[in-house]
Amino acid sequence: MSNEAENGLPMVTLDPRLGPGAASADPLSDDAKSRIRELGATVIARYPRARSALMPLLYLVQAEQGYVSPDGIKLVAEMLELTTAEVAAVSTFYTMYKRRPCGDYTVGVCTNTLCAVLGGDAIFESLKEHLGVANNGTTPDGKVTLEHIECNAACDYAPVMMVNWEFFDNQTPESAKELVDQLRAGTPPAPTRGATLRTHVETSRILAGFPDGAVGEGPSAGPASLAGVELAKQRHEQAPAIVHQREGEQ
Amino acid sequence: MSFNLTPVLTANWGTDDSWTRAAYERTGGYDALRSALAMAPDALIQLVKDSGLRGRGGAGFPTGMKWGFIPQGDGKPHYLVVNADESEPGTCKDIPMMMASPHTLIEGVIISAYAIRANHAFIYVRGEVLHVVRRLLNAVEEARVAGYIGANVLGYGFDIDITVHIGAGAYICGEETALLESLEGFRGQPRLRPPFPAVEGLYACPTVINNVETISSVPAIVRGGAPWFRSMGTEKSPGFKIFSLSGHVARPGQYEAPLGITLRELLDATGGMREGHELKFWTPGGSSTPLFTAEHLDVPLDFEGPPAHGSMLGTTALQIFDETTCVVRAVKRWSEFYAHESCGKCTPCREGTFWYVQIFERLENGTGTEEDVETLLDLSDNILGRAFCALGDGATSPVTSSIQYFRDEYVAHYEQGGCPFDPVASTVFAGANA
Repeated sequence: MSNEAENGLPMVTLDPRLGPGAASADPLSDDAKSRIRELGATVIARYPRARSALMPLLYLVQAEQGYVSPDGIKLVAEMLELTTAEVAAVSTFYTMYKRRPCGDYTVGVCTNTLCAVLGGDAIFESLKEHLGVANNGTTPDGKVTLEHIECNAACDYAPVMMVNWEFFDNQTPESAKELVDQLRAGTPPAPTRGATLRTHVETSRILAGFPDGAVGEGPSAGPASLAGVELAKQRHEQAPAIVHQREGEQ
Repeated sequence: MSFNLTPVLTANWGTDDSWTRAAYERTGGYDALRSALAMAPDALIQLVKDSGLRGRGGAGFPTGMKWGFIPQGDGKPHYLVVNADESEPGTCKDIPMMMASPHTLIEGVIISAYAIRANHAFIYVRGEVLHVVRRLLNAVEEARVAGYIGANVLGYGFDIDITVHIGAGAYICGEETALLESLEGFRGQPRLRPPFPAVEGLYACPTVINNVETISSVPAIVRGGAPWFRSMGTEKSPGFKIFSLSGHVARPGQYEAPLGITLRELLDATGGMREGHELKFWTPGGSSTPLFTAEHLDVPLDFEGPPAHGSMLGTTALQIFDETTCVVRAVKRWSEFYAHESCGKCTPCREGTFWYVQIFERLENGTGTEEDVETLLDLSDNILGRAFCALGDGATSPVTSSIQYFRDEYVAHYEQGGCPFDPVASTVFAGANA
């Protein structure tokens, strides 16, 4: 499932499969543990069965340490009464759970076919060179982790980039370089469709189902999403009028 | 103008704050919920059967029939699960839907749950869309405050809870049984069927799994009735559908139109290809549907049209490529995607997609041979119909269809010792005459 070995580096630096001692390599603080336990109780209550909370609990761990650490796996296993092997099997299946610390901003360039052909390949190559990192590499200042991503459901805005899973539509190699420069300078630009960028850690907390109140930022829809509605207006077209009420309705 | 655009689901996307309950209610939102709760659940199932609504996630299964499979009076909890894991390459309709009008989906979820007598519904949304997650969570909260979610909804004695479950980056979780595994806290690997989810789905209880666009169509059907819905589209494929146009076209975007329109009609209405270029190949419904070419411009885009010509309607994700695009490079990239996303459970898909990638690398870097093309076809024979789920079948679609229509281009790759195309020419920033 993972292409992390592409750059020739070991796939993980802190591997959850390293054995019982691995958890002590980067322990969660007591404060962090109690936060996870407290929010975790809310998460578990969302589901008829506790195990369904496994994925959001992993996001809560990532919201503390920036990745899913062996100690985090141990804690989640305790909370759900599972083995660490059962939890690690899940955390390593899904690519959004990071297996090692990464930058404040995860910059993803879509290189699935359509975005790649329309310019995603060129953007990804230029960013690797500009940042001096390979796929899944992090800049030395700890600001940016670069990765290529698969289709993110915004093909009408190709080529597309994501920063901490917010949309940056219609990119070029130049706009992409400018974007990462701003991220590194501490002046993150606004996404095309989304809210003020959060850090990787803050993003993980939202993905555990704890929103940050920024729902009102950004547009309802981008221009390509509205292309059909606008065209229908120009052509004076609409769906047939609803002419009668159904039987039994007032 | 041989067709009319029919914005229904997309109609409110451009209105101010369309994602809020207040804005949604200003355009008649949640009226359908009141009408539905005044009906018997079975009458609602019959209404959806009569409408002819078919699943918008790709398979086109009749929605009312799927609902009717749920055993009644069985004493088990029932569940409704919305597949909002939109990840099929090219597909980009559900994400803008949930960003612009999440309440359309929420209203559909409550009505549909009532119909199948479920008291708990789940929306499984992919995790890679942070702002959509915010809008969904907010919509559920707003609906709860308004009394649309919770105990005794609007005093009708119906209880419903909705949980938004956020994925973590796995295409396979769009496969419905892999989605259920994931929702239960396991690796997203497909289950053997039977038992089907209608009998043993989530937590081994009767479960309906529907796509976002399917469930979002339900409030409109309740409002308009079955004959109104059937006044759009074709007899076997009634209704409106969001067509996602992307790639080398003048005006990419989301276009809601009756099922049965053609790509020629859609291109004529939207300004055609990008200036100075012509259509080479396209997907009718995502990368898992076999490629079409310019000779298929007049195929009706409904559930019957593409299958009659060797493809599928899929998710109506129309990815359009012009003559600057190397089809071998395009299919190589899709093959890398399927290899990356294969869950590894079954051998034909896991190994087959791995070998696809090795062969495509050889062809693209100029070390391929004539035999490689035959090996690709042989591999495809060994994946199609032999994989555990549709991911494997889907992986073969671009490979076999591209060889069928563009064998010469594969030949050129091994005869000329590499890719004959200039990748710069196909980018959007290269300019029309690059």
